[in-house]
Amino acid sequence: MPIIIAFVAGLLMSVGVAYSQMIDPQKVLGFLTLNANWDPSLMLVMAAGLAVYSTGFWLFAKKDKPLFASHFSLPSKKDLDKPLIIGSLLFGAGWGLVGYCPGPALAAISSGSVGTLVFIGAMVAGWFISRRLPI
Amino acid sequence: MENFTPFEAVVGGSLIGLGAVMLFIFSGRIAGISGITSSALFSSEGRSWRLAFVAGVVAGPLLLGLLVTDFSYSTPEFGWQVIVAGLLVGIGTGWGSGCTSGHGICGISRLSPRSVTATLLFMLSGVVVATLLR
Repeated sequence: MPIIIAFVAGLLMSVGVAYSQMIDPQKVLGFLTLNANWDPSLMLVMAAGLAVYSTGFWLFAKKDKPLFASHFSLPSKKDLDKPLIIGSLLFGAGWGLVGYCPGPALAAISSGSVGTLVFIGAMVAGWFISRRLPI
Repeated sequence: MENFTPFEAVVGGSLIGLGAVMLFIFSGRIAGISGITSSALFSSEGRSWRLAFVAGVVAGPLLLGLLVTDFSYSTPEFGWQVIVAGLLVGIGTGWGSGCTSGHGICGISRLSPRSVTATLLFMLSGVVVATLLR
């Protein structure tokens, strides 16, 4: 059952990314680039996602466990440490350079585009580096 | 603002929130795409559900292509930019423990100070880099 849940969750998120056109890096760059053609769509995608997630989360967070697992697995770290700050700034720089964050890049893998596949390869290498060289 | 697509943004964003909150309600997990995918690749614990999630992410646009006749999207040109950007996104989300889904949707909804901080920082550097380059 957890396998089916995980597949459907990933599928719904990805259909949302594709339908909102956030799968298209030009659409994302239209939001990140502040000019006369500024496109606020990404902000509305986030607002809608936050509205749905926070409603479900806060309605359900009072329960003592999830429906199909023995406990909730939530992040335990609380401090605003150096890896969080430096990592987030570097991630944003890469996002602004090409317009891809991890979800849209993975969702676009079936396009077979060389640019997309090379981005994913470099991102996987980056994950490997971050695990080998913690700061 | 002629490129603004509010209808698609609200429907698509709601689907993202729905998929993500489903993973929390049924499995108690945070739907962070960078964390789930990198752990599926580099950690053997919990690999099967993580691979299933990634398979769902990959299948999404194929499903939408069956449902919507005029569905298409652009992809980046191959060049040094995709290599540098991919490395920055990988290292950055690795060190920063999350991306737009895990921090931006799930973490902000949980009112996590780390996720609010991370989202403000990656939005800020994303806007600065994109705007300076164009």
